[in-house]
Amino acid sequence: MIKLQLPVGETQIRRLQVGDEVLLNGIMVTGRDAAHSWMIEEKPDEVRELLKNTMIYHCGPIVRKSGGTWSFVAAGPTTSIREEPYQGDIIGEYQVRGVIGKGGMGPKTLAALKKYGAVYLHAVGGAAALLAQAVVKVHDVIKLEEFGVPEAMWVIEVKDFPAIVTMDAHGNSLHKNIREQSTKIASRLIGIE
Amino acid sequence: MGFTLDVEKFRDAVVELIRRTSTNLPEDVLAAMETAREGEKDGSPAKSVLGFMLKNAYTARENSTPICQDTGTNIYLITIPEGVSLRKVESAIVDATREATKKTYLRPNAVDPVTGKNTGDNTGTMAPFLHFDEWDEPAIRVQLALKGGGCENVSDQYKLPDSRLKAGRNLDGVYRCIIDAINTAQGLGCAPGVAGIGIGGDRASGMIIAKKQLFRKLTDTNPDPELATLEKHLFHDLNKLGIGPMGFGGNTTVLGVKIGTAHRLPASFFVSIAYMCWADRRRSMVFKENEVSYD
Ligand code: SF4
Repeated sequence: MIKLQLPVGETQIRRLQVGDEVLLNGIMVTGRDAAHSWMIEEKPDEVRELLKNTMIYHCGPIVRKSGGTWSFVAAGPTTSIREEPYQGDIIGEYQVRGVIGKGGMGPKTLAALKKYGAVYLHAVGGAAALLAQAVVKVHDVIKLEEFGVPEAMWVIEVKDFPAIVTMDAHGNSLHKNIREQSTKIASRLIGIE
Repeated sequence: MGFTLDVEKFRDAVVELIRRTSTNLPEDVLAAMETAREGEKDGSPAKSVLGFMLKNAYTARENSTPICQDTGTNIYLITIPEGVSLRKVESAIVDATREATKKTYLRPNAVDPVTGKNTGDNTGTMAPFLHFDEWDEPAIRVQLALKGGGCENVSDQYKLPDSRLKAGRNLDGVYRCIIDAINTAQGLGCAPGVAGIGIGGDRASGMIIAKKQLFRKLTDTNPDPELATLEKHLFHDLNKLGIGPMGFGGNTTVLGVKIGTAHRLPASFFVSIAYMCWADRRRSMVFKENEVSYD
């Protein structure tokens, strides 16, 4: 287990390798489809400081508000590949050090991770209850009215949030490796090599 | 042996059913995951991920919070005694769905495909999805499954023959489709999943048969010996693919394979695969006039 304190520097991120298990601590920001297209189309300055050297979490949470404060009830990762058209440019534009989601991403993002020094972290899909417990505080929320709860950008503080590096800054992708291996086995099983 | 429906009581019982389904994973699923965890190498991501999933499931049960934030399509199989009003049952379930959303057992998940607007309460056209049958008992049985979008997106339908897979119109052809479908899915449907399979039917009924398989217990045996053999064979071979939990590699790619059939037209042969994620949320209740029991 590698502990990562956010914000995090480029050198530390470049040291990470595919297969590393990490625990994230500090402040990160959620974002899904609406947030990603907004960041590309309008290049909002209000999120620059926030995103610099931290992570974007692909997550549409279930939240609760009591006594004026928000808390996360369920907060697992959502499928990342939907952000493939935007992600690489966002990493460059906002100096993001990583994205967290599920399912991995494509070649454009992989190239951006290498170019700018960032990683793709895979959270455990469906483990919403436990991941929500790792969100110890909701600091702020951006675009709540316009985007709605799942799509808004939640600024959250996490403690020992677990994830695994599946795409690193050296051009490696665990997803690509596993797919190649399993496809070989599948072809052998059905005899169409 | 009459049965009079007390709509309000029934509605409350459905809210409780939704709570149980969303927050409490069935015992057979938990047991299958425990066994899978045992079977993974010490120190492997597969083992730690399965451990994390299990811990998540137990935490959700304890705190009565959703296992996964995607509470998915709400699929109901409802069996009613003769003479009970379908409309009353339906509107009670719709009300219960609204109430359960308010209580955060469900995330607002019903989006109008044209306007993009979320209804905010999980109700809409064909949402929740209801399927009715009738029986002789003086009771209503309600089975509920919550099926998320990630695993629905990797569900698939094949048309035999398929020349790429060299799949003919027979059980060997079915086998080939399923190997291909699970390999294509990789970890994206939150593996390890359960493969519900429908052989035959038309495109709609084939998929309904596939989805109905997801209501079977993982430990049951298919009453048709030929299908039982195919289920076992596929379970064994799919777990050789090495995709593993979340697609990180490992010995556990599926937790179960369940196959059903429907008569087809001479001209078509569909194989429908409904992939269900490890957060395999299904529960049922039997609602009698003065007693409700949950499973
Ligand atoms: S596929 Fe994954 S994210 Fe979707 S409902 Fe299942 S466990 Fe949750």
